[in-house]
Amino acid sequence: MSIDVRHINAFLEATQAVFSSMVKLPVTFEKPELGTRDNQYDVSGVIGLSGDVLGSVIVGFTKLSAVQIASAFAQTRLEIGTPDFADAIGELANMIAGGAKAKFEGQSVSIGCPSVIIAPGHKVTSPSSAKSICIHCNTAAGRFTIDVAIQSSTKAQASPAAAASGRTSTAVPASRAA
Amino acid sequence: MRVLVVDDSKTMRNIVKGVLGTIGVTAIEEAGDGQDALSRVDAFKPDVILLDWNMPVMDGITFVRTYRAKNKTTPIIMVTTEAEKSRVMEAIQAGVNNYAVKPFTPESLSKIIETTMAKASVKKAA
Repeated sequence: MSIDVRHINAFLEATQAVFSSMVKLPVTFEKPELGTRDNQYDVSGVIGLSGDVLGSVIVGFTKLSAVQIASAFAQTRLEIGTPDFADAIGELANMIAGGAKAKFEGQSVSIGCPSVIIAPGHKVTSPSSAKSICIHCNTAAGRFTIDVAIQSSTKAQASPAAAASGRTSTAVPASRAA
Repeated sequence: MRVLVVDDSKTMRNIVKGVLGTIGVTAIEEAGDGQDALSRVDAFKPDVILLDWNMPVMDGITFVRTYRAKNKTTPIIMVTTEAEKSRVMEAIQAGVNNYAVKPFTPESLSKIIETTMAKASVKKAA
């Protein structure tokens, strides 16, 4: 599977826009790297893409960075595990994915409802054929990772539906999209 | 001014309420989806509706079509991540008055609300 570099740029631009306008935290990006969905997170927001582009996007955090970034976004202190916390993480993932897909020129793409997974050290896996691009992002409130595993649907064999796996995987569907 | 805020994200509703507060709006009703909004809109009688697109139960575009089919003219501003030109056109054809793309700054959203209300006032006076 190959990932179009324009798609990765779209995620960088969308993340920059979300953080500058709504989280009010400057964000810097490390060099994108090829991944195999082997990263571990304490909190992740997962969104599926369908239409002309298929795949999924993970916005993954450590517990501390998730609490600090979600709180900065919501403009109030959020506690991990509460519905408001999951809602904020889901909305962040939604805006990043939504903002990126709007930049996929000439491609009609829909995004699904975000799911939020809260479990120490969990992984979000995809089919073994799926490769991903990981973008590690740094803010004053902590580090997070955007893990993009997408491909144009003409080449797609299947949408890599994300599934949680890990020591204590507890899927907490945010049950919403924006 | 009375504003109905329709979004399935409580976080986003709170952020929008904060923006409305900066322009002096205190009469705010919240709904979590289009169906919920339909059940509240007649009693609340908003001056403007701020509406998300992608929501469970009933999405924003279905709300617009349903609401406009009842000959309701309250201005509707779509506030959504759906930024593609085709989506904007679809919303306007359905009866949306203005469009704000997430993410937004407080300044940009308040300007869109004020512009929409100003246009609605002119239309009403004409």
